[in-house]
Amino acid sequence: MAGMASTVTSVLDAHRLRQDFPVFEELVDGKPVAFLDSAASTQKPRQVLDRMRAFYEHEYANVHRGVYRLAERATEGYEGARRTVASFLNAPSEKEIVFTRSATEAINLVAYAWGLDNLGPGDLVVITELEHHSNFVPWQYIAHRTGAGFRHIPIDDQGELQLDALDGIAREGNVKVVANNLVSNTLGTINPVEKLAEWAHAQGAIMVVDAAQAAPHRVVDVQALGADFVAVSSHKLCGPSGIGALWGRRELLEAMSPFNLGGEMIRSVGLERTTFNELPYKFEAGTPAIAEAVGFGSAVEYVSEVGLDAIERHEHALVEQTMSALDELPWIRVFGPPPERRAGIVSFDVEGIHPHDVAQILDWEGIAVRAGHHCTQPLMARLGVAATTRASFYLYSIPEEVERLVAGLHKVKASLG
Amino acid sequence: MSEFEQLYREVILDHYKAPRNHGLLEPHDAIAEGQNPLCGDEVTVSVRFGEGDVIEDVGFEGRGCAISQAATSMLTDLVKGRTASEVATMPKDELLDEIGIPLTPVRLKCALLGLGVLKVALHRTKGTPLPEEWGTSSGEITLS
Repeated sequence: MAGMASTVTSVLDAHRLRQDFPVFEELVDGKPVAFLDSAASTQKPRQVLDRMRAFYEHEYANVHRGVYRLAERATEGYEGARRTVASFLNAPSEKEIVFTRSATEAINLVAYAWGLDNLGPGDLVVITELEHHSNFVPWQYIAHRTGAGFRHIPIDDQGELQLDALDGIAREGNVKVVANNLVSNTLGTINPVEKLAEWAHAQGAIMVVDAAQAAPHRVVDVQALGADFVAVSSHKLCGPSGIGALWGRRELLEAMSPFNLGGEMIRSVGLERTTFNELPYKFEAGTPAIAEAVGFGSAVEYVSEVGLDAIERHEHALVEQTMSALDELPWIRVFGPPPERRAGIVSFDVEGIHPHDVAQILDWEGIAVRAGHHCTQPLMARLGVAATTRASFYLYSIPEEVERLVAGLHKVKASLG
Repeated sequence: MSEFEQLYREVILDHYKAPRNHGLLEPHDAIAEGQNPLCGDEVTVSVRFGEGDVIEDVGFEGRGCAISQAATSMLTDLVKGRTASEVATMPKDELLDEIGIPLTPVRLKCALLGLGVLKVALHRTKGTPLPEEWGTSSGEITLS
Protein backbone atom coordinates (compact mmCIF):
# COMPACT_ATOMS: atom_id res chain seq x y z
CA MET A 1 0.00 0.00 0.00
CA ALA A 2 1.48 3.31 -1.04
CA GLY A 3 3.18 5.66 1.39
CA MET A 4 1.05 5.90 4.52
CA ALA A 5 2.18 5.22 8.02
CA SER A 6 -0.22 2.75 9.54
CA THR A 7 -2.64 4.35 11.95
CA VAL A 8 -3.60 1.90 14.63
CA THR A 9 -4.70 4.51 17.14
CA SER A 10 -8.39 5.22 17.21
CA VAL A 11 -7.93 8.97 16.73
CA LEU A 12 -6.99 10.28 13.34
CA ASP A 13 -4.84 13.31 12.68
CA ALA A 14 -6.84 15.25 10.12
CA HIS A 15 -4.22 17.98 9.81
CA ARG A 16 -1.65 15.39 8.81
CA LEU A 17 -4.03 13.53 6.49
CA ARG A 18 -4.79 16.79 4.65
CA GLN A 19 -1.25 16.76 3.36
CA ASP A 20 -2.21 13.72 1.29
CA PHE A 21 -4.78 15.83 -0.60
CA PRO A 22 -3.32 18.15 -3.26
CA VAL A 23 -6.60 20.04 -3.57
CA PHE A 24 -6.10 21.63 -0.17
CA GLU A 25 -3.15 23.56 -1.60
CA GLU A 26 -5.61 25.38 -3.86
CA LEU A 27 -6.52 28.93 -2.88
CA VAL A 28 -9.75 30.72 -3.77
CA ASP A 29 -9.59 34.48 -3.31
CA GLY A 30 -6.25 33.85 -1.61
CA LYS A 31 -7.82 31.63 1.02
CA PRO A 32 -7.78 27.85 1.38
CA VAL A 33 -11.21 26.37 0.73
CA ALA A 34 -13.12 25.04 3.71
CA PHE A 35 -14.52 22.05 1.85
CA LEU A 36 -17.69 21.03 3.68
CA ASP A 37 -19.37 19.11 0.86
CA SER A 38 -17.90 15.64 1.23
CA ALA A 39 -21.32 13.97 1.34
CA ALA A 40 -21.71 15.00 -2.32
CA SER A 41 -18.24 13.79 -3.23
CA THR A 42 -14.92 13.49 -1.44
CA GLN A 43 -11.53 14.87 -2.40
CA LYS A 44 -8.82 12.50 -3.60
CA PRO A 45 -5.54 11.65 -1.87
CA ARG A 46 -2.23 11.48 -3.71
CA GLN A 47 -2.07 7.74 -2.99
CA VAL A 48 -5.15 7.11 -5.15
CA LEU A 49 -4.09 9.56 -7.87
CA ASP A 50 -0.59 8.05 -8.00
CA ARG A 51 -1.95 4.53 -8.15
CA MET A 52 -4.18 5.32 -11.12
CA ARG A 53 -1.39 7.10 -12.94
CA ALA A 54 1.01 4.21 -12.32
CA PHE A 55 -1.63 1.78 -13.56
CA TYR A 56 -2.01 3.69 -16.83
CA GLU A 57 1.75 4.06 -17.20
CA HIS A 58 2.82 0.50 -16.42
CA GLU A 59 -0.07 -1.93 -16.34
CA TYR A 60 -2.77 -0.79 -18.74
CA ALA A 61 -4.53 -2.87 -21.38
CA ASN A 62 -8.06 -4.16 -21.70
CA VAL A 63 -8.94 -6.75 -19.10
CA HIS A 64 -9.66 -10.49 -19.40
CA ARG A 65 -8.88 -12.81 -22.33
CA GLY A 66 -5.63 -11.02 -23.17
CA VAL A 67 -2.81 -13.44 -23.91
CA TYR A 68 0.01 -10.95 -23.46
CA ARG A 69 1.54 -9.96 -20.13
CA LEU A 70 0.33 -6.36 -20.07
CA ALA A 71 -3.25 -7.62 -20.27
CA GLU A 72 -2.49 -10.00 -17.44
CA ARG A 73 -1.26 -7.12 -15.29
CA ALA A 74 -4.35 -5.06 -16.09
CA THR A 75 -6.62 -7.99 -15.23
CA GLU A 76 -4.75 -8.54 -12.00
CA GLY A 77 -5.18 -4.84 -11.13
CA TYR A 78 -8.89 -4.93 -11.89
CA GLU A 79 -9.59 -8.25 -10.14
CA GLY A 80 -7.37 -7.25 -7.23
CA ALA A 81 -9.59 -4.22 -6.73
CA ARG A 82 -12.61 -6.53 -6.71
CA ARG A 83 -11.02 -8.64 -3.94
CA THR A 84 -10.24 -5.48 -1.97
CA VAL A 85 -13.84 -4.26 -2.23
CA ALA A 86 -15.17 -7.74 -1.33
CA SER A 87 -13.09 -7.87 1.81
CA PHE A 88 -13.99 -4.24 2.69
CA LEU A 89 -17.67 -5.21 2.66
CA ASN A 90 -17.04 -8.63 4.24
CA ALA A 91 -18.63 -10.29 1.22
CA PRO A 92 -18.48 -14.10 1.38
CA SER A 93 -17.00 -14.20 -2.13
CA GLU A 94 -15.57 -11.71 -4.62
CA LYS A 95 -17.80 -13.34 -7.23
CA GLU A 96 -20.65 -11.51 -5.51
CA ILE A 97 -19.09 -8.11 -6.22
CA VAL A 98 -20.29 -6.55 -9.48
CA PHE A 99 -18.54 -3.38 -10.60
CA THR A 100 -21.00 -0.76 -11.79
CA ARG A 101 -20.81 2.83 -12.94
CA SER A 102 -22.12 4.10 -9.59
CA ALA A 103 -24.24 3.13 -6.59
CA THR A 104 -27.19 4.41 -8.63
CA GLU A 105 -26.45 1.97 -11.43
CA ALA A 106 -26.06 -0.82 -8.89
CA ILE A 107 -29.60 -0.15 -7.62
CA ASN A 108 -30.95 0.13 -11.16
CA LEU A 109 -29.38 -3.26 -11.88
CA VAL A 110 -31.38 -4.83 -9.05
CA ALA A 111 -34.55 -2.90 -9.85
CA TYR A 112 -34.49 -4.00 -13.50
CA ALA A 113 -32.88 -7.43 -13.37
CA TRP A 114 -34.65 -8.63 -10.23
CA GLY A 115 -37.69 -6.36 -10.17
CA LEU A 116 -39.00 -6.88 -13.71
CA ASP A 117 -39.02 -10.67 -13.25
CA ASN A 118 -40.28 -10.82 -9.68
CA LEU A 119 -42.79 -8.01 -9.18
CA GLY A 120 -46.40 -7.82 -10.22
CA PRO A 121 -49.87 -6.66 -9.16
CA GLY A 122 -50.54 -7.32 -5.47
CA ASP A 123 -46.85 -6.97 -4.61
CA LEU A 124 -45.41 -4.04 -2.71
CA VAL A 125 -42.14 -2.18 -2.96
CA VAL A 126 -41.36 -0.37 0.30
CA ILE A 127 -38.93 2.54 0.45
CA THR A 128 -38.54 5.32 3.01
CA GLU A 129 -39.39 8.99 3.16
CA LEU A 130 -35.72 9.94 3.51
CA GLU A 131 -34.47 7.91 0.56
CA HIS A 132 -32.06 9.44 -1.94
CA HIS A 133 -33.64 9.57 -5.40
CA SER A 134 -31.17 6.84 -6.44
CA ASN A 135 -32.96 4.28 -4.27
CA PHE A 136 -36.40 5.82 -4.78
CA VAL A 137 -36.96 6.62 -8.45
CA PRO A 138 -35.81 3.23 -9.87
CA TRP A 139 -38.23 1.43 -7.53
CA GLN A 140 -41.08 3.83 -8.19
CA TYR A 141 -40.56 3.31 -11.92
CA ILE A 142 -40.25 -0.51 -11.81
CA ALA A 143 -43.25 -0.76 -9.45
CA HIS A 144 -45.25 1.27 -11.94
CA ARG A 145 -44.11 -0.87 -14.87
CA THR A 146 -44.90 -4.15 -13.15
CA GLY A 147 -48.15 -3.05 -11.52
CA ALA A 148 -46.71 -3.45 -8.02
CA GLY A 149 -47.66 -1.02 -5.26
CA PHE A 150 -45.21 1.54 -3.92
CA ARG A 151 -45.23 2.42 -0.21
CA HIS A 152 -43.00 4.50 2.01
CA ILE A 153 -41.99 4.23 5.64
CA PRO A 154 -42.57 7.67 7.16
CA ILE A 155 -40.10 9.50 9.40
CA ASP A 156 -40.74 11.30 12.67
CA ASP A 157 -39.82 14.93 13.35
CA GLN A 158 -36.30 13.88 14.33
CA GLY A 159 -35.77 12.27 10.94
CA GLU A 160 -35.92 8.71 12.29
CA LEU A 161 -37.87 5.95 10.54
CA GLN A 162 -41.23 5.15 12.13
CA LEU A 163 -41.02 1.39 12.28
CA ASP A 164 -44.46 1.12 13.85
CA ALA A 165 -45.83 1.81 10.37
CA LEU A 166 -44.51 -1.54 9.13
CA ASP A 167 -47.43 -3.70 10.23
CA GLY A 168 -49.91 -1.46 8.44
CA ILE A 169 -47.84 -1.61 5.26
CA ALA A 170 -47.62 -5.42 5.45
CA ARG A 171 -51.42 -5.65 5.52
CA GLU A 172 -51.68 -3.83 2.20
CA GLY A 173 -50.04 -6.45 0.00
CA ASN A 174 -47.15 -8.86 -0.51
CA VAL A 175 -44.04 -6.97 0.47
CA LYS A 176 -41.41 -8.10 -2.06
CA VAL A 177 -38.75 -5.38 -1.82
CA VAL A 178 -37.59 -3.20 1.07
CA ALA A 179 -35.10 -0.52 0.04
CA ASN A 180 -33.36 1.86 2.42
CA ASN A 181 -30.18 3.87 2.73
CA LEU A 182 -27.97 2.92 5.65
CA VAL A 183 -27.10 6.60 6.17
CA SER A 184 -29.34 9.42 4.95
CA ASN A 185 -27.37 11.75 2.68
CA THR A 186 -29.46 14.74 3.76
CA LEU A 187 -29.95 14.28 7.50
CA GLY A 188 -27.11 11.92 8.27
CA THR A 189 -29.53 9.59 10.08
CA ILE A 190 -28.12 6.12 10.64
CA ASN A 191 -31.03 3.87 9.77
CA PRO A 192 -31.91 0.57 11.52
CA VAL A 193 -31.22 -1.51 8.42
CA GLU A 194 -30.65 -4.73 10.39
CA LYS A 195 -34.18 -4.49 11.83
CA LEU A 196 -35.65 -3.67 8.42
CA ALA A 197 -33.82 -6.61 6.87
CA GLU A 198 -35.27 -8.93 9.50
CA TRP A 199 -38.75 -7.60 8.82
CA ALA A 200 -38.23 -7.81 5.06
CA HIS A 201 -37.22 -11.46 5.28
CA ALA A 202 -40.18 -12.25 7.54
CA GLN A 203 -42.37 -10.89 4.70
CA GLY A 204 -40.48 -12.94 2.10
CA ALA A 205 -39.02 -9.74 0.65
CA ILE A 206 -35.49 -8.84 -0.44
CA MET A 207 -33.60 -6.11 1.42
CA VAL A 208 -31.79 -3.61 -0.79
CA VAL A 209 -29.38 -1.28 0.99
CA ASP A 210 -27.97 1.91 -0.46
CA ALA A 211 -24.70 2.18 1.45
CA ALA A 212 -23.22 4.95 -0.72
CA GLN A 213 -23.30 7.40 2.17
CA ALA A 214 -22.47 4.84 4.85
CA ALA A 215 -19.45 2.98 3.47
CA PRO A 216 -17.12 6.01 3.72
CA HIS A 217 -17.99 6.56 7.36
CA ARG A 218 -18.50 3.31 9.17
CA VAL A 219 -17.91 -0.40 8.74
CA VAL A 220 -20.39 -1.90 6.28
CA ASP A 221 -20.54 -5.66 6.80
CA VAL A 222 -23.01 -7.05 4.28
CA GLN A 223 -23.41 -10.28 6.25
CA ALA A 224 -24.03 -8.56 9.58
CA LEU A 225 -26.58 -6.23 7.94
CA GLY A 226 -28.56 -9.24 6.79
CA ALA A 227 -29.12 -7.53 3.44
CA ASP A 228 -29.58 -9.17 0.06
CA PHE A 229 -28.13 -6.37 -2.05
CA VAL A 230 -25.81 -3.53 -1.04
CA ALA A 231 -24.77 -0.66 -3.30
CA VAL A 232 -21.63 1.42 -2.74
CA SER A 233 -19.85 4.16 -4.59
CA SER A 234 -16.14 4.94 -4.98
CA HIS A 235 -16.19 8.72 -5.25
CA LYS A 236 -17.69 9.18 -1.80
CA LEU A 237 -14.74 7.42 -0.15
CA CYS A 238 -11.76 9.16 -1.75
CA GLY A 239 -11.86 7.15 -4.99
CA PRO A 240 -12.55 8.23 -8.56
CA SER A 241 -16.06 8.88 -9.86
CA GLY A 242 -17.49 6.61 -12.56
CA ILE A 243 -17.33 3.42 -10.54
CA GLY A 244 -19.33 1.77 -7.81
CA ALA A 245 -20.14 -1.75 -6.78
CA LEU A 246 -23.09 -3.98 -6.09
CA TRP A 247 -22.84 -6.81 -3.63
CA GLY A 248 -25.60 -9.40 -3.99
CA ARG A 249 -26.28 -12.78 -2.45
CA ARG A 250 -24.98 -15.36 -4.85
CA GLU A 251 -28.17 -17.39 -5.23
CA LEU A 252 -30.11 -14.24 -6.10
CA LEU A 253 -27.50 -13.02 -8.58
CA GLU A 254 -27.33 -16.50 -10.15
CA ALA A 255 -31.09 -16.59 -10.66
CA MET A 256 -31.32 -13.08 -12.11
CA SER A 257 -31.53 -12.16 -15.77
CA PRO A 258 -28.73 -9.97 -17.11
CA PHE A 259 -29.08 -6.19 -16.97
CA ASN A 260 -26.78 -4.93 -19.73
CA LEU A 261 -25.92 -7.22 -22.61
CA GLY A 262 -22.96 -7.37 -24.96
CA GLY A 263 -19.33 -8.36 -24.79
CA GLU A 264 -17.69 -9.72 -21.66
CA MET A 265 -20.93 -10.94 -20.12
CA ILE A 266 -21.33 -13.95 -22.44
CA ARG A 267 -20.11 -17.54 -22.36
CA SER A 268 -20.90 -18.36 -25.96
CA VAL A 269 -22.80 -16.55 -28.68
CA GLY A 270 -24.53 -18.25 -31.57
CA LEU A 271 -26.96 -17.06 -34.20
CA GLU A 272 -29.78 -18.82 -32.39
CA ARG A 273 -28.77 -18.60 -28.77
CA THR A 274 -26.38 -16.93 -26.32
CA THR A 275 -25.34 -18.26 -22.94
CA PHE A 276 -24.19 -15.95 -20.23
CA ASN A 277 -20.95 -15.79 -18.33
CA GLU A 278 -20.53 -16.77 -14.69
CA LEU A 279 -20.72 -14.29 -11.84
CA PRO A 280 -19.82 -11.50 -11.64
CA TYR A 281 -19.10 -11.08 -15.37
CA LYS A 282 -22.71 -11.82 -16.31
CA PHE A 283 -23.46 -8.31 -15.04
CA GLU A 284 -20.42 -6.53 -16.46
CA ALA A 285 -21.13 -6.04 -20.16
CA GLY A 286 -18.62 -4.01 -22.14
CA THR A 287 -15.18 -2.74 -21.22
CA PRO A 288 -15.41 -1.69 -17.58
CA ALA A 289 -13.93 1.40 -15.94
CA ILE A 290 -10.61 -0.36 -15.43
CA ALA A 291 -8.33 2.30 -13.97
CA GLU A 292 -11.24 3.62 -11.92
CA ALA A 293 -11.69 0.17 -10.39
CA VAL A 294 -8.00 0.16 -9.51
CA GLY A 295 -8.43 3.64 -8.00
CA PHE A 296 -11.50 2.45 -6.11
CA GLY A 297 -9.46 -0.40 -4.63
CA SER A 298 -6.69 1.99 -3.70
CA ALA A 299 -9.19 4.35 -2.03
CA VAL A 300 -10.65 1.47 -0.02
CA GLU A 301 -7.12 0.64 1.14
CA TYR A 302 -6.53 4.28 2.05
CA VAL A 303 -9.67 4.70 4.18
CA SER A 304 -9.19 1.26 5.73
CA GLU A 305 -5.69 2.21 6.75
CA VAL A 306 -6.93 5.42 8.33
CA GLY A 307 -9.51 3.22 9.99
CA LEU A 308 -13.29 3.43 9.73
CA ASP A 309 -13.71 3.50 13.51
CA ALA A 310 -11.36 6.47 13.69
CA ILE A 311 -13.19 8.18 10.81
CA GLU A 312 -16.54 7.65 12.50
CA ARG A 313 -15.26 9.09 15.78
CA HIS A 314 -13.63 12.03 14.02
CA GLU A 315 -16.81 12.93 12.14
CA HIS A 316 -18.83 12.51 15.26
CA ALA A 317 -16.66 15.09 17.05
CA LEU A 318 -17.08 17.55 14.15
CA VAL A 319 -20.85 17.02 14.11
CA GLU A 320 -21.03 17.65 17.84
CA GLN A 321 -18.95 20.80 17.48
CA THR A 322 -21.16 22.04 14.63
CA MET A 323 -24.48 21.21 16.24
CA SER A 324 -23.60 22.73 19.60
CA ALA A 325 -22.39 25.93 17.88
CA LEU A 326 -25.55 26.12 15.74
CA ASP A 327 -27.74 25.38 18.75
CA GLU A 328 -26.70 28.73 20.18
CA LEU A 329 -27.98 30.59 17.13
CA PRO A 330 -31.75 30.93 17.49
CA TRP A 331 -32.05 31.88 13.80
CA ILE A 332 -30.77 28.47 12.70
CA ARG A 333 -32.83 25.29 12.65
CA VAL A 334 -30.94 22.02 12.38
CA PHE A 335 -32.79 19.07 10.84
CA GLY A 336 -32.43 15.45 11.85
CA PRO A 337 -31.40 13.34 14.82
CA PRO A 338 -28.98 14.15 17.68
CA PRO A 339 -25.24 13.82 16.99
CA GLU A 340 -24.89 10.26 18.30
CA ARG A 341 -27.48 9.03 15.80
CA ARG A 342 -25.95 10.52 12.68
CA ALA A 343 -22.94 10.38 10.36
CA GLY A 344 -20.91 13.49 9.44
CA ILE A 345 -23.76 15.48 7.93
CA VAL A 346 -25.60 18.57 9.25
CA SER A 347 -28.50 20.03 7.25
CA PHE A 348 -29.98 23.29 8.45
CA ASP A 349 -32.15 26.28 7.64
CA VAL A 350 -31.18 29.89 8.24
CA GLU A 351 -34.38 31.69 9.15
CA GLY A 352 -35.72 33.82 6.32
CA ILE A 353 -32.71 33.32 4.06
CA HIS A 354 -32.80 31.10 1.00
CA PRO A 355 -30.24 28.25 1.11
CA HIS A 356 -28.83 29.40 -2.24
CA ASP A 357 -28.02 32.75 -0.69
CA VAL A 358 -26.52 31.09 2.36
CA ALA A 359 -24.26 28.98 0.15
CA GLN A 360 -23.41 31.94 -2.10
CA ILE A 361 -22.30 34.16 0.76
CA LEU A 362 -20.39 31.28 2.37
CA ASP A 363 -18.67 30.75 -0.99
CA TRP A 364 -17.56 34.39 -0.91
CA GLU A 365 -15.89 33.44 2.39
CA GLY A 366 -14.23 30.41 0.80
CA ILE A 367 -16.57 27.90 2.43
CA ALA A 368 -18.03 25.17 0.22
CA VAL A 369 -21.38 23.81 1.35
CA ARG A 370 -24.29 22.37 -0.61
CA ALA A 371 -27.65 24.07 -0.93
CA GLY A 372 -30.61 22.37 -2.51
CA HIS A 373 -32.85 19.35 -2.16
CA HIS A 374 -29.90 16.90 -2.05
CA CYS A 375 -31.78 14.50 -4.35
CA THR A 376 -34.35 13.94 -1.60
CA GLN A 377 -37.42 15.89 -2.73
CA PRO A 378 -39.92 13.72 -0.80
CA LEU A 379 -37.89 14.41 2.35
CA MET A 380 -37.86 18.16 1.61
CA ALA A 381 -41.64 18.02 1.31
CA ARG A 382 -41.82 16.23 4.68
CA LEU A 383 -39.61 18.90 6.28
CA GLY A 384 -41.73 21.61 4.67
CA VAL A 385 -38.83 23.32 2.87
CA ALA A 386 -37.80 23.65 -0.78
CA ALA A 387 -34.16 23.19 0.08
CA THR A 388 -31.68 23.11 2.95
CA THR A 389 -28.07 24.09 3.44
CA ARG A 390 -25.86 21.10 4.21
CA ALA A 391 -22.39 20.90 5.71
CA SER A 392 -20.71 17.51 5.57
CA PHE A 393 -17.37 16.23 6.77
CA TYR A 394 -14.77 13.63 6.04
CA LEU A 395 -11.50 12.37 7.41
CA TYR A 396 -9.67 15.52 6.27
CA SER A 397 -12.16 17.98 7.80
CA ILE A 398 -10.80 20.03 10.70
CA PRO A 399 -12.40 21.94 13.60
CA GLU A 400 -11.08 25.24 12.14
CA GLU A 401 -13.38 24.69 9.15
CA VAL A 402 -16.37 24.38 11.46
CA GLU A 403 -15.31 27.66 13.09
CA ARG A 404 -15.11 29.29 9.65
CA LEU A 405 -18.59 27.95 8.87
CA VAL A 406 -20.05 29.44 12.03
CA ALA A 407 -18.33 32.81 11.43
CA GLY A 408 -19.56 32.67 7.82
CA LEU A 409 -23.12 32.10 8.98
CA HIS A 410 -22.89 35.22 11.13
CA LYS A 411 -21.90 37.12 7.95
CA VAL A 412 -24.85 35.60 6.12
CA LYS A 413 -27.14 36.80 8.88
CA ALA A 414 -25.57 40.27 8.87
CA SER A 415 -25.86 40.63 5.06
CA LEU A 416 -29.34 39.26 4.55
CA GLY A 417 -31.04 38.73 7.88
CA MET B 1 -12.26 39.35 -5.28
CA SER B 2 -12.06 42.64 -7.20
CA GLU B 3 -13.38 45.93 -5.90
CA PHE B 4 -15.90 45.95 -8.74
CA GLU B 5 -17.26 42.58 -7.71
CA GLN B 6 -17.56 43.76 -4.11
CA LEU B 7 -19.53 46.77 -5.35
CA TYR B 8 -21.82 44.59 -7.45
CA ARG B 9 -22.46 42.35 -4.47
CA GLU B 10 -23.56 45.35 -2.45
CA VAL B 11 -25.86 46.53 -5.25
CA ILE B 12 -27.47 43.08 -5.42
CA LEU B 13 -28.05 43.00 -1.67
CA ASP B 14 -29.51 46.49 -1.85
CA HIS B 15 -31.99 45.49 -4.57
CA TYR B 16 -32.89 42.38 -2.55
CA LYS B 17 -33.52 44.29 0.65
CA ALA B 18 -35.21 47.29 -1.00
CA PRO B 19 -36.67 46.02 -4.27
CA ARG B 20 -37.60 48.65 -6.89
CA ASN B 21 -41.08 48.61 -8.41
CA HIS B 22 -42.29 46.16 -5.83
CA GLY B 23 -45.99 45.34 -5.77
CA LEU B 24 -48.34 44.33 -8.55
CA LEU B 25 -49.95 47.06 -10.66
CA GLU B 26 -53.72 47.45 -10.44
CA PRO B 27 -55.01 47.74 -13.06
CA HIS B 28 -52.50 46.12 -15.38
CA ASP B 29 -52.46 45.20 -19.06
CA ALA B 30 -50.31 42.09 -18.78
CA ILE B 31 -49.33 39.69 -16.06
CA ALA B 32 -47.47 36.38 -15.73
CA GLU B 33 -46.16 34.24 -12.95
CA GLY B 34 -43.38 31.68 -12.87
CA GLN B 35 -41.65 29.36 -10.45
CA ASN B 36 -38.38 27.59 -10.33
CA PRO B 37 -39.61 24.58 -8.34
CA LEU B 38 -36.15 23.14 -7.75
CA CYS B 39 -35.12 26.00 -5.51
CA GLY B 40 -38.51 27.47 -4.73
CA ASP B 41 -38.14 30.87 -6.41
CA GLU B 42 -41.39 32.58 -7.44
CA VAL B 43 -41.91 35.75 -9.43
CA THR B 44 -45.05 37.51 -10.70
CA VAL B 45 -44.61 40.47 -13.08
CA SER B 46 -47.36 42.92 -14.07
CA VAL B 47 -47.10 45.50 -16.86
CA ARG B 48 -49.01 48.60 -17.88
CA PHE B 49 -48.55 49.95 -21.40
CA GLY B 50 -48.55 53.59 -22.41
CA GLU B 51 -48.56 54.79 -26.01
CA GLY B 52 -48.56 51.74 -28.36
CA ASP B 53 -46.58 48.98 -26.79
CA VAL B 54 -44.29 51.14 -24.66
CA ILE B 55 -43.95 49.77 -21.14
CA GLU B 56 -45.11 52.64 -18.99
CA ASP B 57 -44.95 50.89 -15.66
CA VAL B 58 -44.01 47.51 -14.31
CA GLY B 59 -44.40 45.98 -10.87
CA PHE B 60 -43.43 42.62 -9.42
CA GLU B 61 -43.87 40.40 -6.43
CA GLY B 62 -42.12 37.24 -5.49
CA ARG B 63 -40.13 35.27 -3.02
CA GLY B 64 -37.03 33.19 -3.16
CA CYS B 65 -33.29 33.68 -3.22
CA ALA B 66 -31.63 37.09 -3.33
CA ILE B 67 -30.41 36.65 -6.91
CA SER B 68 -33.90 35.90 -8.27
CA GLN B 69 -35.52 38.83 -6.47
CA ALA B 70 -32.70 41.36 -6.97
CA ALA B 71 -32.41 40.48 -10.65
CA THR B 72 -36.14 41.04 -11.14
CA SER B 73 -35.89 44.35 -9.31
CA MET B 74 -33.02 45.46 -11.58
CA LEU B 75 -34.97 44.27 -14.60
CA THR B 76 -37.96 46.47 -13.79
CA ASP B 77 -35.70 49.54 -13.81
CA LEU B 78 -34.16 48.47 -17.12
CA VAL B 79 -37.35 47.92 -19.10
CA LYS B 80 -39.46 50.93 -18.22
CA GLY B 81 -39.93 53.14 -21.27
CA ARG B 82 -38.95 50.42 -23.73
CA THR B 83 -41.35 48.78 -26.16
CA ALA B 84 -42.61 45.22 -25.69
CA SER B 85 -40.75 44.05 -28.80
CA GLU B 86 -37.51 45.65 -27.61
CA VAL B 87 -37.80 43.81 -24.32
CA ALA B 88 -38.84 40.55 -25.97
CA THR B 89 -35.59 40.54 -27.95
CA MET B 90 -33.48 41.96 -25.16
CA PRO B 91 -30.43 39.72 -24.78
CA LYS B 92 -30.09 38.09 -21.40
CA ASP B 93 -26.54 39.43 -21.18
CA GLU B 94 -27.88 42.95 -20.74
CA LEU B 95 -29.44 41.88 -17.45
CA LEU B 96 -26.48 39.69 -16.51
CA ASP B 97 -24.12 42.66 -17.06
CA GLU B 98 -26.28 44.63 -14.67
CA ILE B 99 -26.00 41.87 -12.08
CA GLY B 100 -22.28 41.92 -12.66
CA ILE B 101 -21.06 38.98 -10.61
CA PRO B 102 -20.21 35.63 -12.17
CA LEU B 103 -23.04 33.13 -11.77
CA THR B 104 -22.92 29.37 -11.92
CA PRO B 105 -25.46 27.66 -14.23
CA VAL B 106 -27.67 26.89 -11.22
CA ARG B 107 -27.79 30.56 -10.23
CA LEU B 108 -28.36 31.67 -13.84
CA LYS B 109 -31.81 30.09 -13.69
CA CYS B 110 -32.55 32.19 -10.61
CA ALA B 111 -31.22 35.35 -12.24
CA LEU B 112 -33.23 34.91 -15.44
CA LEU B 113 -36.55 33.89 -13.91
CA GLY B 114 -37.96 37.44 -13.84
CA LEU B 115 -36.88 38.22 -17.40
CA GLY B 116 -38.51 35.04 -18.68
CA VAL B 117 -41.73 35.73 -16.81
CA LEU B 118 -41.85 39.30 -18.16
CA LYS B 119 -41.36 38.05 -21.72
CA VAL B 120 -44.22 35.59 -21.22
CA ALA B 121 -46.47 38.43 -20.03
CA LEU B 122 -45.56 40.47 -23.12
CA HIS B 123 -46.11 37.47 -25.37
CA ARG B 124 -49.61 36.97 -24.00
CA THR B 125 -50.77 40.51 -24.68
CA LYS B 126 -48.58 41.67 -27.56
CA GLY B 127 -47.70 38.39 -29.27
CA THR B 128 -43.97 39.06 -28.96
CA PRO B 129 -41.56 36.08 -29.04
CA LEU B 130 -41.37 33.76 -26.02
CA PRO B 131 -38.20 33.76 -23.92
CA GLU B 132 -35.39 31.78 -25.49
CA GLU B 133 -33.04 32.00 -22.52
CA TRP B 134 -34.78 29.07 -20.89
CA GLY B 135 -33.97 27.01 -23.98
CA THR B 136 -34.21 23.29 -23.42
CA SER B 137 -34.37 23.70 -19.66
CA SER B 138 -37.76 25.41 -19.86
CA GLY B 139 -39.22 22.23 -18.38
CA GLU B 140 -37.78 23.25 -15.04
CA ILE B 141 -39.73 26.49 -14.98
CA THR B 142 -43.46 26.30 -14.43
CA LEU B 143 -45.66 29.12 -15.63
CA SER B 144 -49.12 30.05 -14.61
